[in-house]
Amino acid sequence: MDLRYSDSDEAFRAELREWLTGELPKLPAPPHREDWPTRRAYDTDWQRRLYDASYAGLNWPKEYGGRGASPSEQLIFLEETTRARAPYVGVNFVGQLHAGPTIIAEGTDEQKRDHLEKILRGDEVWCQGFSEPSAGSDLASLRTKAVRDGDHYVVTGQKIWCSFAQVGDFGELLVRTDPDAPKHKGITWLMLPMHLPGIEVRPLKTALGSSEFAEVFLDEVRVPVSCRVGAENDGWRVTNVTLSFERGTAFVSEMVDAMRLVEDLSPYANDPTHRRELGHIAAELDALWALTKRNITQAAKGGVMGRGAMMIKLPYSELRQRLGELSLRVLDRASLSIEDFDGLHNGEFVEERLRTLALTIAAGTSQIQRNIIGERVLGLPKEPK
Amino acid sequence: MYFDLDDDQVALRDGIRSLLEGRFGIDRVRGGLDRSMWAELGEAGVFSLRADGFSWADAAIVFEELGRALVPGPLVGTFLGDTLIEGGGRGSRIIGGVDRPAGDEPVIVEHLDALDALLVLETSAIKLVDPSTLTGRPSGWPLDPLTPVARVDALPAGITLADADAAQEARLAGAVLTAALQLGLAVFTSELAVTFAKERQQFDRPIGSFQAVKHILADTAVRVEVTRAAVHAAAVHLDDPVVGDVRRAVSVAKLLAGEAAVLNGKAATQVHGGMGFTWEVDVHLALKRAWVLDTHFGNSDQHADAVAATLPR
Repeated sequence: MDLRYSDSDEAFRAELREWLTGELPKLPAPPHREDWPTRRAYDTDWQRRLYDASYAGLNWPKEYGGRGASPSEQLIFLEETTRARAPYVGVNFVGQLHAGPTIIAEGTDEQKRDHLEKILRGDEVWCQGFSEPSAGSDLASLRTKAVRDGDHYVVTGQKIWCSFAQVGDFGELLVRTDPDAPKHKGITWLMLPMHLPGIEVRPLKTALGSSEFAEVFLDEVRVPVSCRVGAENDGWRVTNVTLSFERGTAFVSEMVDAMRLVEDLSPYANDPTHRRELGHIAAELDALWALTKRNITQAAKGGVMGRGAMMIKLPYSELRQRLGELSLRVLDRASLSIEDFDGLHNGEFVEERLRTLALTIAAGTSQIQRNIIGERVLGLPKEPK
Repeated sequence: MYFDLDDDQVALRDGIRSLLEGRFGIDRVRGGLDRSMWAELGEAGVFSLRADGFSWADAAIVFEELGRALVPGPLVGTFLGDTLIEGGGRGSRIIGGVDRPAGDEPVIVEHLDALDALLVLETSAIKLVDPSTLTGRPSGWPLDPLTPVARVDALPAGITLADADAAQEARLAGAVLTAALQLGLAVFTSELAVTFAKERQQFDRPIGSFQAVKHILADTAVRVEVTRAAVHAAAVHLDDPVVGDVRRAVSVAKLLAGEAAVLNGKAATQVHGGMGFTWEVDVHLALKRAWVLDTHFGNSDQHADAVAATLPR
């Protein structure tokens, strides 16, 4: 058991640091949060730079244009880019972390050829169409229907919490193709070209005031059958391939970022009870970071994450909210503005407090996480229905 | 980086677990510390792991199992004393420990009547005191029935065994081994509560099927995984200090393990319902031990403050 990075890991880190030092000063100023066309351009420009330097698709297999990096190299990449304050994956999130890996696992050769390279180059932006107004935690109860008509599916329904739909070229769409089958058995996974007639995107304003999510209305949208990933009615299994990617890697850079916030908040925290709570939060972050290293070791050994991978999101999201809560107490009345007051660094902390309200809800609520841990890890019986 | 148990460590864990399950069942443990217990643990090599070439990570793995089995007695004091005191090896002597960085008095000594030697960890040195020279007033009603305590008004000067650096090292090692024991307690109470929730029927179904109970148990399992990573990380820092801030890693482990042991003990009490408040069910033994161990080598608050002190001002 050890915590040493190998010589080749350290070489990778040094090379990446050098590249970041040279590349980051060349970036334009970050766009305003609500300026979506410019945000797309900014994020895809960064993606193209990563691609040109062979850092795109770090965890993707080499045969699909990725780097095939080891788990520890992925960890180093997220550590270094977050510390250097390089741009976050941004609008490329769904393509990089959901759609791309799903197409790699389940797509046809043609689908792989048509999409994977473009996702890696930042030429194609994806958005997500899973949740519906009446299908949240119970995602499999989704009702958006797709009726086969020759070479097309005719899709009608409504999606919500569609990340980046305003700027997406394609959406990953879950539809019901067999209304008579048990709910998990009648779902199909489609690639939705966002330019098709009958699609309406309405931005959804969050409690933060931001609009990275949208509602998507689908009115008899004709989607080619060639856009189907996996077999008809096999979409639930295909979806779980995607969700397991999300659980495995989604929170690593967030954790590095949280530790940076702890260090940024520290000089303002002078009250002994605030400092003790801050030490507590830092300790728990260190522990979650150690657990991440354990998960990565197990992934490298067996190709799959162990039980610990299921146990990151729940404590991390609740911890991050405690950090947000503490920030407001430390700032006291400076917390009353999301914009920085003159000479104060208050805005980021307040914005974080609001943003992190979503952490215990998105990607499986804390309550659903506890059900999963209770039933799949501890083997407790399911709730009677 | 390989941050997981290797094959030898899995074998080590399974070996000590099977020894403890076979010979240190709960009936024997409930009888409290006795000399034969120490001799058997010593023979198995529990106290001489370092002298026998094992790593701190190995020691943490073994101490988690000792905690999980609720083994009573000054396990950490004897482990530390084993390498410091001539002729102390392999459990032939029961060595207690008192951690007294501030030198404040009076002193509470655990297991005083059973001790052959007492280590006193001061800021500037490690001292050896002969327990037979101490006048202790034992408590007739200790918090943990398996950890008898006595109040000692003053400690004699004792013999200096090692210097300030050694005292600091012993304090870090003691904190990691104690954290491993606390982790073991958290494992014990989590497992006990999960087993009970699968068997206990109310409203015609196992209580573990109810989300209100299931979620408490899920939290105990998460605490175990996160804490084990922290304890192993601290042990690896002792083995290989170049990987990071050793003192911070040790404080993280002691804080997380201290909380996990207490919170899982409370969770298991709750899940057991009325039975959780009985002497008969073992939950209270683990929870009381958790409270005892939180006072060793710095409590949770002190370690939270220690981590905060590493952050920028």
